[in-house]
Amino acid sequence: MTDRRLTRLLAREMAHGLRAGEFSARELVEAHLDLVHATDRGLHAWLFLDEEAARAAADLADARLADARREGSAALDALPLLLGVPLGLKDLVVTRGQTSTAGSRILEGFVGPFDATIAARIREAGAVVLGKTNMDEFAMGSSTEHSAWGPTANPWNLGRVPGGSSGGSAAAVAAYQVPLAIGTDTGGSIRQPAALCGVAGIKPTYGRVSRYGIVAFASSLDQVGPLARDARDLAALLQVIAGRDVRDSTSSPVPVPDYLASLPEGDDEAAAALRGLRLGLPREYFGAGMEPGVEARVREAAAALESAGAEIVDVSLPHTEYGLATYYLIAPAEASANLARYDGIRFGHSSRQGDVLANYLATRGTGFGPEVKRRIVLGTYALSAGYYDAYYVKAQKARTLIKADFDAAFERVDALVAPTSPTVAFPLGARTQDPVAMYLSDTCTLPVNVAGLPGLSVPCGLSDGLPVGLQIIGPAWDEAGILRIARAYEAITADAGWRRLDPADLPALDDPKTPAPGLPAGTAV
Amino acid sequence: MAEAAAQARVARGAVAWEAVIGIEVHAQLRTASKMFCACSADLRDAGPNTHTCPVCLGMPGVLPVINRRAVELVLSTGMAIDAEIASVTRWDRKNYFYPDLPKGYQISQFDLPLAAHGQLALDTSEGPFTVRIRRAHLEEDTARLQHTADATGRRISLVDFNRSGLPLLEIVTEPDIRTAEQARRYAEELRLLLRTIGASDAEMENGQMRVEANVSIRPAGTHGFGVRSEVKNMNSFRAVERAIAHEIERQAAVLEAGGTLVQETRGWDDVRNETYTMRSKEDSDDYRYFPEPDLPPLRTDPAWLDAIRASMPELPAKRRTRYVSILGLTPYDAGVIVADPAASALFEDALASAAGLPADRRPVPKALANWVTGEYLRLAKQRDDGGHASGAELTRLVSMVGEGRISGTNAKEVFGRHVGSGEPVEAIVSSMGLTQISDSVALSAAIDGVLAANPAAVADCRAGKDQAVRFLVGQVMKATRGQANATMVQRLVRERLEERA
Repeated sequence: MTDRRLTRLLAREMAHGLRAGEFSARELVEAHLDLVHATDRGLHAWLFLDEEAARAAADLADARLADARREGSAALDALPLLLGVPLGLKDLVVTRGQTSTAGSRILEGFVGPFDATIAARIREAGAVVLGKTNMDEFAMGSSTEHSAWGPTANPWNLGRVPGGSSGGSAAAVAAYQVPLAIGTDTGGSIRQPAALCGVAGIKPTYGRVSRYGIVAFASSLDQVGPLARDARDLAALLQVIAGRDVRDSTSSPVPVPDYLASLPEGDDEAAAALRGLRLGLPREYFGAGMEPGVEARVREAAAALESAGAEIVDVSLPHTEYGLATYYLIAPAEASANLARYDGIRFGHSSRQGDVLANYLATRGTGFGPEVKRRIVLGTYALSAGYYDAYYVKAQKARTLIKADFDAAFERVDALVAPTSPTVAFPLGARTQDPVAMYLSDTCTLPVNVAGLPGLSVPCGLSDGLPVGLQIIGPAWDEAGILRIARAYEAITADAGWRRLDPADLPALDDPKTPAPGLPAGTAV
Repeated sequence: MAEAAAQARVARGAVAWEAVIGIEVHAQLRTASKMFCACSADLRDAGPNTHTCPVCLGMPGVLPVINRRAVELVLSTGMAIDAEIASVTRWDRKNYFYPDLPKGYQISQFDLPLAAHGQLALDTSEGPFTVRIRRAHLEEDTARLQHTADATGRRISLVDFNRSGLPLLEIVTEPDIRTAEQARRYAEELRLLLRTIGASDAEMENGQMRVEANVSIRPAGTHGFGVRSEVKNMNSFRAVERAIAHEIERQAAVLEAGGTLVQETRGWDDVRNETYTMRSKEDSDDYRYFPEPDLPPLRTDPAWLDAIRASMPELPAKRRTRYVSILGLTPYDAGVIVADPAASALFEDALASAAGLPADRRPVPKALANWVTGEYLRLAKQRDDGGHASGAELTRLVSMVGEGRISGTNAKEVFGRHVGSGEPVEAIVSSMGLTQISDSVALSAAIDGVLAANPAAVADCRAGKDQAVRFLVGQVMKATRGQANATMVQRLVRERLEERA
């Protein structure tokens, strides 16, 4: 029997305990694996576990810890921070010798022949990868209901979605199955599930983290980022994965600062960062479709930041209304090409029938789910002769205008504060029959991807017993700045009652009679 | 199209057709690695799918990284054809499904090619001709399909991804070409240019250079365009000329018989000496080009371009002009030397060595050129490795001949051994004991012996038979093991015969 209390620790606390010899990396990984085994039937956050590899990585971490302990405290301090800390990778991170399906039947059985750059960096840092987390197929979705392998539940209410597309990562972190997880965010896929599951998540600046080895959805929008239970854990994992990669020509040589160093341990010191800061509330992000409870929590958060010394100003991002249309032209257009490689010839699912054309039709017809097909059709249409100028080219012009809105805003303010999602977690099946309603889940997050900026979400309370996320958006490359604000917000709300609440349905997850999450009859995708 | 066909019918019965030809060349760039990954681009003796990696196999999650050398080679090609070089360029995705295209799109260049609006001047049997070049851009090659049958006899296709992702230069001309010969000459001259600047080995036989021709015809003197066909599968320069000539004839025959042409792709069958329909192209393909988001746009900064320009060798046209107007070679010899980069390099090295010799021992360029166009090219063609000729050694040898230290005949033998081994000519001459006998006293003894031994030939000489003189000279050369100065022997034999008379 392992000690489940270990799973309640933050990643930094685990790192501290490992160095202090309070427990071993092996004990840590066993505690997390046991919890996953005990609770994942009802949650379905995981698609794949590699327990053998995880135990081997943990044992290696223990050996390094033992060596360092013999050498002295300097050697212990020199060890990578996340050595021995368990984490999960979204199922679109390709790893050598392990499956990666990107939540799709078309990649069924695909075993990666190489490590994604971030996976290699995570392994070098000594963190222990447990396996792959559930997601909307090819990251196309906002609820994880579009996974070919069945949906993930929200630990706060098992009848509700965890958000998406990184829903498995968010739910796993919320349910204490891992302290850290990797997600990707093309239009909100880290921030929105983080908000809906009551955890923290950051989408870095486009180009900050290598995309090499990340199954592509929309190349000019995709970014990899961490999910965690607080801002400093986000910083610790971001530190490991950030930085230029020669294998990704769009990754940037902009130097990566020491993120954790600028996030004080002490609450008073952390809160002091707010003094003299100008934060903008973009009025277009509080529009129709926003739940009153969400708006209330976000405005309360703004008020708390203001009373701690920040100046809150009203700003306008006038082209926000074009964000959704712009995104749903650019992302599907890029996806229509990115997903052309799934042809049943070299890897993954193949119908193996008929001639070349028949095999394409059968393989892609049975391998892709309806949402992926919808976006391939949208993107193919937008790029077609005669429509290209009206759709793709126009969307690129709108993209320029949306960027210019943010540029103008950051002339006046240090960061923007907004809701992450207009609603709290919605019931499973509620939006699967209405794609546009589903797309509206991302109205507050996708302009940030369109502009390539860093944005994060941290919990800011509950509405109707479900978590609400506070989104903080910064200028390009200023992840450190928005993490400082997030850390300050945590400091000034450290005593809030909602911070001590566990996800309401955690006890149900421990009940072996809890069924696997599923969609209500008639709402299947 | 309808208009063009109508024009053709009006001209029916008239003999004069004019062909309108545009050429598209794909050449494999001479880089060490592929265009977007580190796989070796040297495919000699490579088994199927041995030069592959996740990137060129189009695995999930991979990203391209541009090969800077490939870009430089396209830029130098652009400079060599006097093209405008783009200051900012980018890559585009050309989308289509086929098993030879692992990503389902080819990374190419659409509206911002690296180079545009160039030209290439060439000579034809009808005089000089300049072809305007529309664009030169960089793209990746596809895999190769091999259609075969499995053990049960079922027809299958195998894919070899070795070529997938090799860097290709695509050069497209304006429809300026009017004859099959011009087309062949353009292809030859382009190949020479690419080899000279080191952009490509451009061997047509092994697919490093692929030529496609868009061919249409119209009544001479009109300016519209006829229905064109795209001719492919021409695997040699000869095939280019024959295929296009055939295609012009075929189109004329169709129109003259009252038929209509369809836009199509036609292949060239070298054995049957005709083109055949590969596929109809009535609907233009929609490749849904859009900018490649995985590669940032590329700025060609002036310092980079200057460095490339500075490292460019002398181009063939300029070199030919120099050989004729400054060195005094015939246009034919200049053409032969420049057409072969190795011969050209040998000649240049020989000239450089000659420049270091005192004037009285310095061979004239014409003499060196004769050796290059004659002996060198003959010997080089017989060898797979082209031989080991050195320009400095060639100059030394020609200089020895000029000084009378070695006979012309023996010099050829020495040169043959030098090309074979690379050994210095002095060493070959001394090891073979070939220093020429130009001493009349020494030669007189040999001549006396030969005349004494061949009284019948001596008699024939006196009877006026020139053949007999040549026989006696040959005997003297034989007796001196070829070391005699042949011109001197001939003079001495005639003198001695006259004395005896």
